[in-house]
Amino acid sequence: MPLDNPKGQSFRLVGSRPDRPDGIDKVTGRAKFGADMSAPGMLVGKLLRSPHAHARIRRIDIKKALALPGVKAIVTRDDFKEIEGDLRDVSRNVMARDKALYDGHAVAAVAAIDTATARKALKLIKVDYEILPHVTDVEEAMKPGAPVLHSDLFTQGVEPTPKKPSNIAKRHEFGHGDVAKGFAQADVVVERKFKNEATHQGYIEPHACLASVGNDGQGELWVCTQGHYAVRNVCASLLGMDVSKLRVTASEIGGGFGGKTTVFIEPVALALSRKAGKPVKIVMSREEVFRASGPTSSATVWVKIGIKKDGRITAGDAVLKYQGGAFPGSPVDMGAMSAFACYDLENVRAVGWDVVVNRPKQAAYRAPGAPISAFGVESVIDELAQKIGMDPIEVRLKNAAHEGTESSYGPTYGVIGLRATIEAAKVHPHYKAPLGPNQGRGIASGFWFNFGGQTCVSLNINIDGTVALAVGTPDIGGSRASMCLMAAEELGIGYDQVRTIIADTSSLGYNDISEGSRVTFSTGMATIQAARDAVKKLCGRAAQMWGISPEAVLWENGHAKPAGANAGDFPPLSLADIAKVAANTGGPIAGHCEVNAEGAGVSFSTHLCDVEIDPETGFTRVIRYTVIQDAGKAIHPSYVEGQYQGGAVQGIGWALNEEYIYGADGKLQNAGFLDYRIPVASDLPMIDTVIVEVPNPGHPYGLRGVGETSIVPPLAAVANAVSAAAKVRMTEIPMSPPKILKAMGEAQRR
Amino acid sequence: MVQVVLWGSLKSATGGATKVEVEAANIRELLSRLGEKHPGLKPQLDRGVSVSIDGKIYRDAWFQPIPPGSEVFLLPRLAGG
Repeated sequence: MPLDNPKGQSFRLVGSRPDRPDGIDKVTGRAKFGADMSAPGMLVGKLLRSPHAHARIRRIDIKKALALPGVKAIVTRDDFKEIEGDLRDVSRNVMARDKALYDGHAVAAVAAIDTATARKALKLIKVDYEILPHVTDVEEAMKPGAPVLHSDLFTQGVEPTPKKPSNIAKRHEFGHGDVAKGFAQADVVVERKFKNEATHQGYIEPHACLASVGNDGQGELWVCTQGHYAVRNVCASLLGMDVSKLRVTASEIGGGFGGKTTVFIEPVALALSRKAGKPVKIVMSREEVFRASGPTSSATVWVKIGIKKDGRITAGDAVLKYQGGAFPGSPVDMGAMSAFACYDLENVRAVGWDVVVNRPKQAAYRAPGAPISAFGVESVIDELAQKIGMDPIEVRLKNAAHEGTESSYGPTYGVIGLRATIEAAKVHPHYKAPLGPNQGRGIASGFWFNFGGQTCVSLNINIDGTVALAVGTPDIGGSRASMCLMAAEELGIGYDQVRTIIADTSSLGYNDISEGSRVTFSTGMATIQAARDAVKKLCGRAAQMWGISPEAVLWENGHAKPAGANAGDFPPLSLADIAKVAANTGGPIAGHCEVNAEGAGVSFSTHLCDVEIDPETGFTRVIRYTVIQDAGKAIHPSYVEGQYQGGAVQGIGWALNEEYIYGADGKLQNAGFLDYRIPVASDLPMIDTVIVEVPNPGHPYGLRGVGETSIVPPLAAVANAVSAAAKVRMTEIPMSPPKILKAMGEAQRR
Repeated sequence: MVQVVLWGSLKSATGGATKVEVEAANIRELLSRLGEKHPGLKPQLDRGVSVSIDGKIYRDAWFQPIPPGSEVFLLPRLAGG
């Protein structure tokens, strides 16, 4: 759907900042999250998880547990059919089959009358494990002789295909030109290896669901998820149910950031409910969230970039190794595609290796894979700028990708806003502000794709002229407010006259998951089309009442009006006037749209970060931070700013504090928020934001997705700032105080 | 005839070529002919890919036309968070 007016648009409501429709519910506690659902006769579900990083499951004995009074059902691998194809790994992650592949892997589940009984029953389940050697480090897992997780995993993307299984699932390669030739033309070449630890999305609400399957085989599921249609389809497949027999309702969501785009406990709750004949609720503990949901990858990244003294980059090369947990599918392909995507390069190559280790299966985390590769590339760009004595902003401007650039992953860019974000950074007061002792400043840019996807909405005109808009994409970042604004804009009514709800899976056609920064783009596009469909019908009803042709009616400022003098002289009819008599003019009035939204625009961001290091302790404090990002068109600027700030904060946490720590025994050592510390408000300054608007030609209002790009630059922006303050290049994150002290000490000794 | 640029690691399925040509007027025909001409690509095509036509990336649109002379790239199926 193209941009309505490429020469510029003016809006009545879009771009304003009305109150959020879910605000009162959330601050008063009335909003219902996953764990708030209950049902008569409900049982409590609990999972037994492997205490071993890698073990063959020889036998599971549930007899004693099943005999415990109050236990109503137990499920193990025997209750889930063998699945082949796309869902094989999902199925095996939900419930271990022949092997437990990580500390925390589910091996059995109990439904009982209360929590105490369920916990007691878990202790009575006897699992006979044969403990196997394990590996949790990505580079160790790639070595010959490493413990092999899957005997049927043979590396894809290499020639010839290996005859022996290994932990290397796949090789990806992107790029163009001749990097060797490019390096030969360079005046300065910097080559470095970087390392990052795995982090968790850190959503405050643990996974929770309530499942109810009746004796007739029909089921309902209430769940905290980013995509209830996908949950329905996956659960139906894993449990052998007809899709139509499972109705899924999404609760409010206390954060997802990609981590709630798959299933963990939901098929288990349904299986327990089916077996017990009663509703079953499962709520993960925080420890379970860390051990058994999906964090992102840990990785090593090697980057080599060559540059001329005039600041022109001649070649970029990178090798990325990401572990994706116990199953193939790390986001290394997208890390490799996005590594050099900010730059206009003649010679570029990025090779990615997807590796399995004995850790939980990774799940998407906000711009999956991109922050990791950007950390390496943007750090080396920073170092090159220092070596040739050029301002890092000027180096970026000189090499920034623009309309017509052949991207590092292939396609030629259309209209993009990277250069606008860098230029905005250059003139921002932050960039020229003086720095004090032990302080440093970093800059980094970042890229993310964004996409559209399957979307279905229904816009219903109520009898009083208000509007009920039903969408199928869970609101994970303020999309209900944006949908209300876009519907009201099109219909010519007030923001408060539209109420947007997230409909259950039986009420609308399929909707893809709320992921990929897609919701405001694609559900927004569908909402606009549905509103235009409703307007057409409203004009038709007015024409009917006036006895003129529908083509002779136009819609203006929320009213149907005769299109001109020849159409007749009739007083305008408001939306409420037409709605009031809908029963007499043909029945209910509604607009609909079913679309597979295409035309999403790529998105770029540039970040500025100031830090101060305590030289005695190595403790780092972020003292100023500015996010500058292209939104295409900000529908509700406060929410856009919130996305910018949220991504930056998560990136700062990843850069400075957060890490999964595994012991030599392969067990997670810090499965709780006390030992895995995410930044809180008191740790951070107010994150400043600048919204750049370079319209996306593929959307009627020109908007681009904004949810993910903001997490791409912070790892490098913070690392560049810390490196400047510490006067030593930091190459490992998180840059915790001991690492900073060590690096500073080594630099002084040199 | 459409010239399709594959991402690097797919060249093992096309005898080393990263650019291949097939007769196709839309994405469905493109994917179908690619699979026929280079059976080694079939597993990846079945798992899912994205197709970029003149800089716009499509994930599912079978009937998206491919105008003559378009720039066409095969890319991994994109996923987000």
